[in-house]
Amino acid sequence: MSEEHLKTTLKALKERFGLRDSELMKYPPTLMVEPEKIVEISQVLRDEFGFDFLCELTAVDYWPEEEPRFNVIYGYYSHANNVRMALRMPLNGDQPSIHTIEGVYRGANWHERELWDMFGIKFEGHSDLRRILMPHDWEGHPLRKDYPLGYEEPQFTFNYDEIDKRKHHSHYEEA
Amino acid sequence: MAEPLEVNYQELKHLVSERALKGETVLLNMGPQHPSTHGVLRLLLELDGEVVVNCVPDIGFLHTGIEKNMESKRWELAEVMTDRTDYLNNTGNNLAYCLAIEKLADLDVPPRAQAVRVILVELERISNHLVWLGTHALDLAAMSLFLYCFRERESILDIKEMCSGQRMMTTFFRPGGLWRDTPVEFEIAVRRFLRMFPGRIKQYGALLTKNPIFMDRTRNIGKISAKDAINMCLTGPVLRGSGVAYDLRKAQPYSGYEQYDFMIPTGTHGDVYDRYLVRMEEMRQSLRIIQQALDKLPYGPFRSNNRKYVPPPRAELGTSMEAVIHHFKLWTEGFTVPKGAVYLPIESPKGELGYYLESNGGNQPYRIHMRTPSFINLQALPLLCKGHLVADLVGIIGSVDIVLGDCDR
Repeated sequence: MSEEHLKTTLKALKERFGLRDSELMKYPPTLMVEPEKIVEISQVLRDEFGFDFLCELTAVDYWPEEEPRFNVIYGYYSHANNVRMALRMPLNGDQPSIHTIEGVYRGANWHERELWDMFGIKFEGHSDLRRILMPHDWEGHPLRKDYPLGYEEPQFTFNYDEIDKRKHHSHYEEA
Repeated sequence: MAEPLEVNYQELKHLVSERALKGETVLLNMGPQHPSTHGVLRLLLELDGEVVVNCVPDIGFLHTGIEKNMESKRWELAEVMTDRTDYLNNTGNNLAYCLAIEKLADLDVPPRAQAVRVILVELERISNHLVWLGTHALDLAAMSLFLYCFRERESILDIKEMCSGQRMMTTFFRPGGLWRDTPVEFEIAVRRFLRMFPGRIKQYGALLTKNPIFMDRTRNIGKISAKDAINMCLTGPVLRGSGVAYDLRKAQPYSGYEQYDFMIPTGTHGDVYDRYLVRMEEMRQSLRIIQQALDKLPYGPFRSNNRKYVPPPRAELGTSMEAVIHHFKLWTEGFTVPKGAVYLPIESPKGELGYYLESNGGNQPYRIHMRTPSFINLQALPLLCKGHLVADLVGIIGSVDIVLGDCDR
């Protein structure tokens, strides 16, 4: 029953929106989608096919590649049919901007805030697009691949003054 | 020099109502050091007298960049960091991570390893619910329960220590099975726990379930309907308290959960009291699962025989050159996982815990994302606490059962 539902859903989506399968995703079954269609497809998935639960929303950075620079992954689950599927959305460029699906799934709110915080993907129409995990005055988006991992040099007796001088830089005093 | 307060005010202006800007309601900061926020959770409350008009959660105080860190570690070393996210559900985090790798690499897990995994994860579920019950009751001024709960939790930690040498951060599950076989005392210790615990649950129930003070403070508080709960992406006992029987152990079984006979308790009203009842019943059901798993615990290997992922046994190193090579390769560069991506969820004590893993074919993960239940469940807090008193807010936070390490990662 549930497997059939998944098959019909995938088939219908492919026919209606011209989507194709993603080769990368091993589980769950995934389709590739364009950024313009995501709100419409989410609406259709929720209302017509019963995928009423957004279980996952995350992104991957493929830097230094520019096309696509990012992939955004949407995971859906249907409580009525007990099936899971996902959509993968390639995004080009350094400052991507897509439309929010908060209107369809309210739970997407914090997911999208996290993506803005960590990857710098902008969600148009989002009700409250602030940083969520990092401090509000943080610069950069930490989960991007061009963002350095960063280490703090431990302060010992022999290099105490050297690091202390760096600490009292004007840049630090502002914070 | 910018005034930090001024920046915050402008930023949060759109989050509070018009009345707050006119000064009719009071803005109150709760946390991040408040004892009842279960960690470093900061809430910005808008109060009309004692009634919560709005609540803006502010998280991230415990953000340690675990996802970023894992990307620069090898697959098997990154597992150590999964323990540290949800520190009340260490084995559950390991299980989700291992299952995702096993799915990505088509790695087999022998039946004994699966059964031991189920036993330990269910014990962990009980231990998590015990901490929740103790602190939740403590928030609502039932002090003695806290001590009883931690006493029982100690025996579960002892079992974990017996298996892995660690009380909390075990990393006992490895891709392809377990780190080592369970010791002989394991079965005796778990059976002793199974004999002891049902009576203890009865005692906790006697202290709380029909307690008029507890009932007054939990019934009809923090209600959420099933439809709203699904739309807010809630999972776990919070969703089941609203009457949706969504449990991944039943819906999409993993690690051989389909062999065991157990029920999914659900509530009807979706309030704090129903979530309490659901969790209490879940502990009893976990006991049933452990009993069944222990009764038919199979003998046999405790980890896979696939030498590309799992190190050979020590005894083989003296006789087989191939084993020495595999051992050397695994310890110097680790294993590689074929290119691909997977999203695999399990049922953690708090809800759906999903790992999104992506591999580019190397010995390090390319991207790891944890869909953690605390993070998602916490965003429903403004919805749950609207119109309730500040004193009830404490009970509502407790009933969502968050761990901030899980939330901020």
